[in-house]
Amino acid sequence: MSLLLRGGRVVDPSQDLDGRTDVLLEDGKIAAVGNLSARKSREVIDVAGCVVTPGFVDMHVHLREPGREDKETILTGSRAAAAGGFTSIVCMPNTTPVNDNAAITRFILERAAEAGLVNVFPTGAITVGSRGEQLAEIGEMQAAGIVGVTDDGRPVQNSQVMRRAFEYARIFDIPVMDHCEDLFLAAGGCMNEGKASTRLGLRGMSRAAEELHVVRDIILSRITGARVHILHISTRESLDQVRVAKSQGIRVTCEVLPHHFTLTDEDIGNFDTDFKMMPPLREAPDVEAMLEGLADGTIDCLATDHAPHTRLDKEEPFEEAASGVVGMETAIPVCWEHLIRSGIIRVPRLVELFSLNPSRILKLGKGTLAEGADADVTVIDPDRRQVVDPSRFRSKGRNCPFRGWELHGMPVLTVVGGRVVHRQESA
Amino acid sequence: MPLSSRHLLGIEEMPVADIELILTTARSFGEIATRPVKKVPTLRGRSVINLFYEASTRTRSSFEIAAKRLSADILNFSVSTSSVGKGETLVDTARNLESMSPEVIVLRHQAAGAPWLLAEVCRECSIVNAGDGMHEHPTQALLDAYTILECKGSIRDLKVAIVGDISHSRVARSNTYLLNKMGARVWICGPPTLIPLEFGQLGARVTFHLEEALADADVVMMLRTQRERQNEVFFPSVREYFRLFGLSRERMRSAREDAIIMHPGPINRGVEIDPDVADGDHSVILNQVTNGLAVRMAVLYLLLGAGEEES
Repeated sequence: MSLLLRGGRVVDPSQDLDGRTDVLLEDGKIAAVGNLSARKSREVIDVAGCVVTPGFVDMHVHLREPGREDKETILTGSRAAAAGGFTSIVCMPNTTPVNDNAAITRFILERAAEAGLVNVFPTGAITVGSRGEQLAEIGEMQAAGIVGVTDDGRPVQNSQVMRRAFEYARIFDIPVMDHCEDLFLAAGGCMNEGKASTRLGLRGMSRAAEELHVVRDIILSRITGARVHILHISTRESLDQVRVAKSQGIRVTCEVLPHHFTLTDEDIGNFDTDFKMMPPLREAPDVEAMLEGLADGTIDCLATDHAPHTRLDKEEPFEEAASGVVGMETAIPVCWEHLIRSGIIRVPRLVELFSLNPSRILKLGKGTLAEGADADVTVIDPDRRQVVDPSRFRSKGRNCPFRGWELHGMPVLTVVGGRVVHRQESA
Repeated sequence: MPLSSRHLLGIEEMPVADIELILTTARSFGEIATRPVKKVPTLRGRSVINLFYEASTRTRSSFEIAAKRLSADILNFSVSTSSVGKGETLVDTARNLESMSPEVIVLRHQAAGAPWLLAEVCRECSIVNAGDGMHEHPTQALLDAYTILECKGSIRDLKVAIVGDISHSRVARSNTYLLNKMGARVWICGPPTLIPLEFGQLGARVTFHLEEALADADVVMMLRTQRERQNEVFFPSVREYFRLFGLSRERMRSAREDAIIMHPGPINRGVEIDPDVADGDHSVILNQVTNGLAVRMAVLYLLLGAGEEES
């Protein structure tokens, strides 16, 4: 079985490659990259005018299965990923029950294999039930296939427990991925605390709730030597702290979500619940800081925090509505429009952020088109334009703050292990 | 001349012309209260639903009496007796009520923004916000403005001090917006734990010292210190709160001699206001309640297509 992707702009920062050439996939692996047009007897897809990259990785998604299959399943989430240009996704453990043991981990992997579309890498809970008290069986889960540990959505408040988790994770050299939020300080806030929350009379969540835990984690990483990955960083101060820590050699990485560098709390308008998520939309200086961090290298990864909800979960007064937005089917176009076309970063940097770096941090063995690597490829058409229409999403979730946006840069071909799992016919 | 919107949701987005229209209309309704027969047939055959998710005596009865004086039919729908306790969502409740074709739904809800959600869902009827969480309470601000006008003749350039728990107060927000639009100088006063950091950006001067807020004030508006919050860490004790922010006769001396004292109620005597002051010469607290009727009559009248079927 072989497939030749012919004539695209191949961008692979793992080999410092950026130029017009061909990519040959054979038996699920990358067979060759170079001028291969002369060879015959294989399927050929003409990708001239498109950008060909190692498969994109969304290192932060919620697939809701097991437990909330009405919001999403591993199958529908896999479809959304494939359509959105992602060949690998990393799912969070806050399902029902929580992925805090190897049996659940194996269940997720089995369901992902049945779906058979994209690579699904589970993360495991840090603590039993994500209750923040007792360490989960991290070793058992790691043997079953988790690539990191996190209590995303229900962050560990007790710093002693967190210190133990950091120490313990060193055995496996997996990152502790933290949703940074001091829940006491956040005080049940449903949006960023600032002028907009004051105006709307909504309980605000101080930015300090995130920043304090970023600082805590950096210090714990320094004293334990463990790797910490800051999930969905969202404030200028958080990012400044990470920048300083990195300069001191502390093993900290971080990710940012598309809505945190494109939207602010003012966009909530009159209580639009599609703009409610955690961490909340911040203010203009924070958006600016995120763009700086993407450009200067402080931010390691892009991710979506894809969080599907039903219409009922969102059709509530703002403070009572569910938090979270879907993201897998809009991430590439939003980034293309607002990072590449706007001149913030260049294409190789985008590939680092969405493929190479997540693969390295989580040791996925992905993120490259080197000969012999898994044949996971994302192809983007920079000139294809679309208007975001949530009713056409493959995800069950329609909760999208980008609805109606006109965006360039469409994922037109997604190849996983040499197999085409998504192909957008030319318009 | 009609209002610019089908709904009365908040003061922040309300044009000054609408505010003035409501206040002018209210003045003519104020006269009805002085008649022996306090009922006019203006809204006969129209129906109003009071949909209250929070306990309320004052506001709900005020809307009820206002509707009755205009001869509208009114249905009181409160959570304790409804199917809301059975898990029905706000949106479903609203859709069901709208199916009974009321002209107006008056909503009080504990969540900020609930009236906006209803306004989106309801295709035909008008929504009146009777208080949404910590956000807005537009008819309160309107009746406060009416009361100030009654006493002072004009709002422009008056110094108005709003004192107390600002963070949790929809009255403080709606009044700040309205008084700003009408040209008053708004001062906000209370402990920093009960004033949002950014409140100044809404158009008010902020002080933590009562003397500064009261100095030469024309209007002093005291807010309720919610007893249920005393267990949180906003202030150490009621005693200390009263010492720093309570309104006493002595303190009132720094305000203007003809200053008026207002309070949206319910009052916690001895917590935020000395009983003597609440009942004293400067107090217009009960006038506020009376004026609430006229203002709410005006609101219902204007929303229901003013004057088309006037008798």
